[in-house]
Amino acid sequence: MEMEKKKALDDLRKRFSGKIKETFLKFGDEIVIIERDSLLDVVKFLMKEPYSFTMLLDLTCVDHIGQENRFQMVYHLFSLSNNHRLRIKLSLPEKDPVVDSLTSFFKNANWLEREVYDMFGIQFNRHPDLRRLFMYEGFEGYPLRKDYPLRKRQPRIRLRK
Amino acid sequence: MPGKRALSNGNAKSAKEFDMEGGFITTKFNHILGWARKFSLFHYPFVTACCGMEYMSAACAHFDIDRFGAGWTRFSPRQSDMLLVVGTITQKLAPVLRTVYNQMTEPKWVVAFGTCAVSGGIYDNYAVVQGIDRIIPVDIYIPGCPPRPETVLDGLVKLQEKIQNQEQEWRWKRKKP
Amino acid sequence: MSTKIQKEARRESMLLNMGPSHPAMHGTIRVMVELDSERILNSEVEVGYLHRGFEKTCEHRTYFNLLPYTDRLNYVSPLINNLGYVMTIEKMLGIDVPERAQYIRVIMSELSRISDHLTCLAAMAMECGAFTVFLYKIKAREFIWDVIERTTGARMTTSYIRIGGVRAELHPDWRDDLKKAIVETRKVLKDVHGLLDKNKIFLNRTRDIAVVSAQTAINYGWTGPCLRSTGVYYDVRKAHPYLVYDKIDFEVPLGERGDNFDRYMVRMKEMEQSLRIIEQAMEMIPEPSSPLQLMAEGMKPAEAIKASRAQKVEERIMLSPNLEGSEKERYKDISTAEKKYTVPPKEDTYTNIEGLINHFKFFMEKHGIRPPKGEVYFSVEGGNGELGFYIVSDGTDRPYRLHLRAPCFHLVSAMEEMIQGHYLADIIPTFGSLNMIGGELDR
Repeated sequence: MEMEKKKALDDLRKRFSGKIKETFLKFGDEIVIIERDSLLDVVKFLMKEPYSFTMLLDLTCVDHIGQENRFQMVYHLFSLSNNHRLRIKLSLPEKDPVVDSLTSFFKNANWLEREVYDMFGIQFNRHPDLRRLFMYEGFEGYPLRKDYPLRKRQPRIRLRK
Repeated sequence: MPGKRALSNGNAKSAKEFDMEGGFITTKFNHILGWARKFSLFHYPFVTACCGMEYMSAACAHFDIDRFGAGWTRFSPRQSDMLLVVGTITQKLAPVLRTVYNQMTEPKWVVAFGTCAVSGGIYDNYAVVQGIDRIIPVDIYIPGCPPRPETVLDGLVKLQEKIQNQEQEWRWKRKKP
Repeated sequence: MSTKIQKEARRESMLLNMGPSHPAMHGTIRVMVELDSERILNSEVEVGYLHRGFEKTCEHRTYFNLLPYTDRLNYVSPLINNLGYVMTIEKMLGIDVPERAQYIRVIMSELSRISDHLTCLAAMAMECGAFTVFLYKIKAREFIWDVIERTTGARMTTSYIRIGGVRAELHPDWRDDLKKAIVETRKVLKDVHGLLDKNKIFLNRTRDIAVVSAQTAINYGWTGPCLRSTGVYYDVRKAHPYLVYDKIDFEVPLGERGDNFDRYMVRMKEMEQSLRIIEQAMEMIPEPSSPLQLMAEGMKPAEAIKASRAQKVEERIMLSPNLEGSEKERYKDISTAEKKYTVPPKEDTYTNIEGLINHFKFFMEKHGIRPPKGEVYFSVEGGNGELGFYIVSDGTDRPYRLHLRAPCFHLVSAMEEMIQGHYLADIIPTFGSLNMIGGELDR
């Protein structure tokens, strides 16, 4: 199992050299940092045999306010047959938060990306239906960004008192 | 109409104090109507979150709410007279709550179950309404996160006392000029 | 009515809204269906009616303070959420937990898992019309909650599992209470098997409805009992064993067809396996290092504080009955040896200066638990599947970003595809078998 895990990372490095920086963090997780444009190629490569990362566990975003590349997308992929988890990260600038959508590979990416759009305002190319998921129509702003205050309320109906 | 709103709010004076036409018989009738209404409450459980689990416990065999006459859950607002708001109400859900309250027919009472319904609870942020009395008038507040079923039954008994002691409305009651 | 389904609807079909205030048990989700007499042509699910801002709130609270928020995520199995969060922090800090505490955690999380499955199936059966099953299962759940209450102090939202161990020792008669709960649960499970397994009405409503193949399930990111009902063998307790699950012998039941009935059956069998786990853990749990003693004698805290001004206090201090089980001599078994990550025992806080300093530094702002910079992901087997926590830390005492991988988010995202082509009445058992929990779905 360890051999296959190392093999996946080595092959990835060989194939996409130049676009990858990878680290093996001391908390025991494997992380791969890539450029924004190579996301679809990397995922397609990893989905094939023998790596078979067929499940998208999670898709989220971290807001590093103040840095030049403000948003960092984080994808967790999982391979059932090899029992192997992998984390892919890529950075997006603040002026142009656009990235490709993974809905053609994984069906749950549809809702996960809608949630990230709702909370952070990141646009996804070729997403079939990019709308807000948790917040209601008429809500302005993106709540999970660091510059949205915690207690700023936008009531939907007129409240008493 | 201010009179009707005062009734649901429970601001009305107790039966002994207000003065009604017809005196003794009307007072007795008021008393009997209060007795009938308090022991046959049909509730509409507007369940959203964790308090729903304690609502289920209170409604089932161990801590039976049916002993107090409030056992039948009516799943339609038109057929119920007690709105039991259980759990957190978010800004997205607030218009729905107001619609459900407006659809209920008189007489109606509202019970806020759990701290999130009473005052927003531990969630003080952009998404949660800080207490349902910002949306609809409330009669009984039951605190707890989640409240024990005994607390719920105590709140129900207090509501029953309130119903017994308030001024009832019925169709042929002579209105004061 | 949302504009998407209105735009796409055909002229002859009827649009029906099953609104957010759903009859009792399922909380708040809105399903809009486009019907052709009774058959569903198209549907749309709208969520977010219980979005309570959990992730944003967590960025403003310290690691210790946000434990009660994690209880209220999957509120039918609250101890498992506690466990997931705490184990993520422990992975980041690299703490070892004593063995007795690990067994206690296993017992508590299996009790939560049983109560989760009981509630899910009770609601599903009640909505199909089998009201008796609901009453029986909630009765069994009360016995389990009695056990949890005597140990932790609360029936549901307990905050019992803390960083480095658990809050308090198990109460003195825990073996008898637990045996009673197990016996009652087995009785109820046997009754329910007899009522529903071969019941023609229940089979007609659940067999071959909303069939999901293994391929589709993996593509949607399903985990937990719903994935196992399609035949895929993946359980976090076996694949990435945590706590003492590798020492305990239990099976993982699998289904065949992936329809509603299989999801029901997998949950019933998992409950039986959880009972087996609890019985084995009860046998294998190591004895406490000092005998369990009720808090009957000792000095009162006020006297102890006065005495400590003159010299070091050696006698036992009688704390309030609310803190029973968390006395100083219990700490060796239930909490890690590294002092800076747990609240120090009250005897030390009241009577000597080191305890007071530890307490102060734990709770003061900008001190307390400060993990190293970095990020971590850890998952446990929740009631619905893989419950994962992703925490990004920037070295301060508050998490920079906390993200929850909610299992039922992926289950519900498949709902639109699952009910297409079926009748309107099939939505109810399908939705019930998915076990949607609003607190986890909407965070």
